[in-house]
Amino acid sequence: MIDKLDQIFVLFEHWLLGYLPAFWRQPAGVLVNVVAIIAVFPTLMAISVWLERKGLGRMQNRLGPNRVGPFGLLQPVADGLKSLTKEDIVPRNADAAVHFLAPLVLLVAAFMGFAVIPMGRNMVLVEMDAGLLFYFSMGAATELSVFMAGWSSRNKYSLLGAMRAVAQMVSYEVPLLLSSVVVVMISGSLSLTKIVEAQNQYTGVFPHWYVFTPWGLAAFVIFIVAATAETNRSPFDLPEGESELVAGYFTEYSGFKFALFFLGEYVGMLSVAALGATLFLGGWSAPFSFLGWVPSWIWFFSKVMLSICVFIWLRGTMPRLRQDQLMNFAWKFVLPISLLNVLVAAAWRFLGGGWPQWVVCTLILALAYVGLGWGGMRRKRFGPRRYRYAE
Amino acid sequence: MLGEGLLKGLAVTAKNFAASYVSAERLTTVQYPEERIAPIEATRDFPFLVYDGEDWEAGLRCVACQICEKECPPKCIYIEKSKDKKPDFVGKMQIYPARFDIDISVCMSCQICVEVCPFEAIKMDTEFELSTTDRFGGLLHDRRALAKSNGHYRKIHPTEAGEVDARRAGEKAKAEAKAKLDAEAAAAKAAAAAKTAEPPAGAGD
Amino acid sequence: MSQLQSHSATAHEKPESQKLEGWNQPMELQPDGEAEILEVAMGPHHPSTHGVFRMDVALDGERVIRLKPVFGYLHRNHEKLGEGQSYLASMPYTDRLDYICSLTNNWAYALAVEKLTGQAVPERAEYLRVIVGELTRVQNHASSIGFLIQDMGASGTPLMYAFREREKILDLFEELTGARMMCNYMRFGGCRVDATQSWLDRTRKLVGELPAFADEFETLLCTNEILMARTQGVGILKPELAVNAGVTGPMLRASGVNYDIRKVDHYGIYDRFNFQVPLGDHWDVYDRFMIRLLELRESLKILEQALKEIPEGPVMDPKAKIRGFRPKPGEAYGRIEAPKGELGFYLISDGSPNPYRYRVRPPSLVNLTILEDMCLGNNVADVVLILGSVDIVLGEVDR
Repeated sequence: MIDKLDQIFVLFEHWLLGYLPAFWRQPAGVLVNVVAIIAVFPTLMAISVWLERKGLGRMQNRLGPNRVGPFGLLQPVADGLKSLTKEDIVPRNADAAVHFLAPLVLLVAAFMGFAVIPMGRNMVLVEMDAGLLFYFSMGAATELSVFMAGWSSRNKYSLLGAMRAVAQMVSYEVPLLLSSVVVVMISGSLSLTKIVEAQNQYTGVFPHWYVFTPWGLAAFVIFIVAATAETNRSPFDLPEGESELVAGYFTEYSGFKFALFFLGEYVGMLSVAALGATLFLGGWSAPFSFLGWVPSWIWFFSKVMLSICVFIWLRGTMPRLRQDQLMNFAWKFVLPISLLNVLVAAAWRFLGGGWPQWVVCTLILALAYVGLGWGGMRRKRFGPRRYRYAE
Repeated sequence: MLGEGLLKGLAVTAKNFAASYVSAERLTTVQYPEERIAPIEATRDFPFLVYDGEDWEAGLRCVACQICEKECPPKCIYIEKSKDKKPDFVGKMQIYPARFDIDISVCMSCQICVEVCPFEAIKMDTEFELSTTDRFGGLLHDRRALAKSNGHYRKIHPTEAGEVDARRAGEKAKAEAKAKLDAEAAAAKAAAAAKTAEPPAGAGD
Repeated sequence: MSQLQSHSATAHEKPESQKLEGWNQPMELQPDGEAEILEVAMGPHHPSTHGVFRMDVALDGERVIRLKPVFGYLHRNHEKLGEGQSYLASMPYTDRLDYICSLTNNWAYALAVEKLTGQAVPERAEYLRVIVGELTRVQNHASSIGFLIQDMGASGTPLMYAFREREKILDLFEELTGARMMCNYMRFGGCRVDATQSWLDRTRKLVGELPAFADEFETLLCTNEILMARTQGVGILKPELAVNAGVTGPMLRASGVNYDIRKVDHYGIYDRFNFQVPLGDHWDVYDRFMIRLLELRESLKILEQALKEIPEGPVMDPKAKIRGFRPKPGEAYGRIEAPKGELGFYLISDGSPNPYRYRVRPPSLVNLTILEDMCLGNNVADVVLILGSVDIVLGEVDR
């Protein structure tokens, strides 16, 4: 029975396809899965939008939207309808084709990443041996769409904003990749299903999730930082900041295309959260062995939504970093730590089992973090100050 | 350590998030218009004219001295004096305003008219939901719209109204006492005049 | 006179004593090389210019090489109106100058008129003035820090916390004066209405709770690395330049100059209270906002003392005239330490019921004159922060 609940979607799909002749089952199966992903993730995106507004509200001692539907649950629907009914303005000397294609490219690239993520036991769209590689190549295509948006607007300011956004995304790709490489090193495979299965073991009650190891924790933190920068979320959202000089690369977009950019940003956030959950938080595996009876897809989606809540939490607390500070941070702090992390993961493998690997790895990482942080702050002479009073 | 300040900030935000579900201090939204904050007594919104008793015309305290019109900073009051007089609360005959208009789109609720009025005739109301679709006429309140009873004044500003009523009762008592003394003095004078006028009639024969 | 003469005669030969730092230097940085100069107008419709305010900025890449502030979008003829109406009628208009701190505006004006007429103020009124003045300072500094962080992009969280406390203070004002923001409370010779015992008790309770809010604010902000990275070393204002430009208020004290009018002039009864003046050593945006936070704490100290010592008595001299008075011909300049700086009112009376000349010295305007010097060479993203650290209110700048 519990098994059935866990595989409910797979069984449902088999039942549906049973009605078709054998020849059509394979393509129809793919089609059904694709439709499922296209249906589920925008709904999750609507839920994240709602969560963000309510969450930010509560952090700021106020209610979020609560008039449209019970608890404001239909607010994203209202926002979507509003953007559909607005006039779609395309600047006269804009490159119309590229202007039209940019949000579409963003959406397609963002959705493609979901093809290789296992959302439950036996619930992956495409079982690829190099799934992680596929995911990252699709992720790079989103940067292309940002540049297309800025270029096609034929607006000096949009172009500037787009170039800055692309520079930011490119410089944070490297730490993102390096933190995933660590996982590949330890689990020995690029396939996301195998990575999850490697984490689905338990010693006693505790799972073998990679986030519970020193190198895994460091990689996870780097991953979160890089993911926030990749999806242009606060504190790295200078390209789209409101109090910035220009509104960024989507200045010239209005109406539904703007909504598509918005959708693309949130779907990207969900996608990178899903990847983070898969690589570090054990994907669809349960946190304790005695909780294994809960269906695996529930665990997966709760981990994704938890990551979204962390993103919202970060947004509500932190001011924005300036562009040059953000780039400095990427190249001079995050990158060295992620390279060191690769070495530490290798050392972990080399030291074998038992307590030495824990102690040595933790020590190396802690010292590096504290040392580099202290050195960086000292060089810039930042720090809390004491004030004197007049006599 | 790098990141310590950020973590402390995250802790403060998380604390506020959690507390907003349990303590009223951390969730300060009042869902107007379904909920309202308890009105504060000293609030001032726009002026109104006070009348005593039931008849607003007869009981209107204003004697059209035009001090408030003169002192009003944005000059939103317009008064026209009447030609006849009517008795006030101590019985003295006073003129009254034939026209008293306040343009509340100009009024800035500074309360100077209330301060300078020597007759406690104009006071500040607490109603602010006065929006109307008639942009000019709807915001020009005339004498009828401005006249509200002393009972209303007591309801919205109990402490102030209590003081004003006490003062006016004192003045009325003093005026009545004075009137009684005047009446007695006049009666005594009339009696004395009658006595001096009598003897010639009785002294003859 | 001699300065004018020397200016026209030998413009390039100034004696050493007149060479003021930054004043007769060219106001632009030169762009390096053949760079294209981008001219941008920030405002008047801008989410972060604190009102209708425009800055014409010339950029070389990301660096600011020229900045001209353009204001006047909110000019409402305050000074000319003052000439046409009586002294009492100008009092509600002073509320609307710096509309966030209406009570301190009232106080400065009342002080000026009291100097003109020679009117004395009873004790209890002085204490009440100090109490509402310091409450105004607390809510102004909290909001100002909140606005600065909002401009930095923290999606308004510290602003909402500051406004939560500000609401409590505004409720107190409404109970006492009748209005939350346009208080119209001071009169020439005292305060308009007395405070009840229950109001004083409630104020004491609030002042007891406010240090916890200041602590929460500090925890959220002061060691935040991103905040430090954005504000330290940005928008430096050297002390000599600040003094020469006439900058006053927290900006001047953050540049290390010890000048607080409460200590210099001893107006009101400030010399009875025990409070200190914080000074900054690094002269940047971080110092300005930390000085405001520290001054908030000092104001809370003053409030505690004033609430403890307030005597009984009248709040208005019974013989004082508030309307229909004609001050003797003369002039007076009344100034106070408003939350934004030195707020002064200069009145010339010619014996009639209306003033002959009514002039406001707005601290925000004088502090703005130095905006360009602070922004030159900085990143364009920092211009918004530097403007936020000046803490302007357009009602005061434009009058």
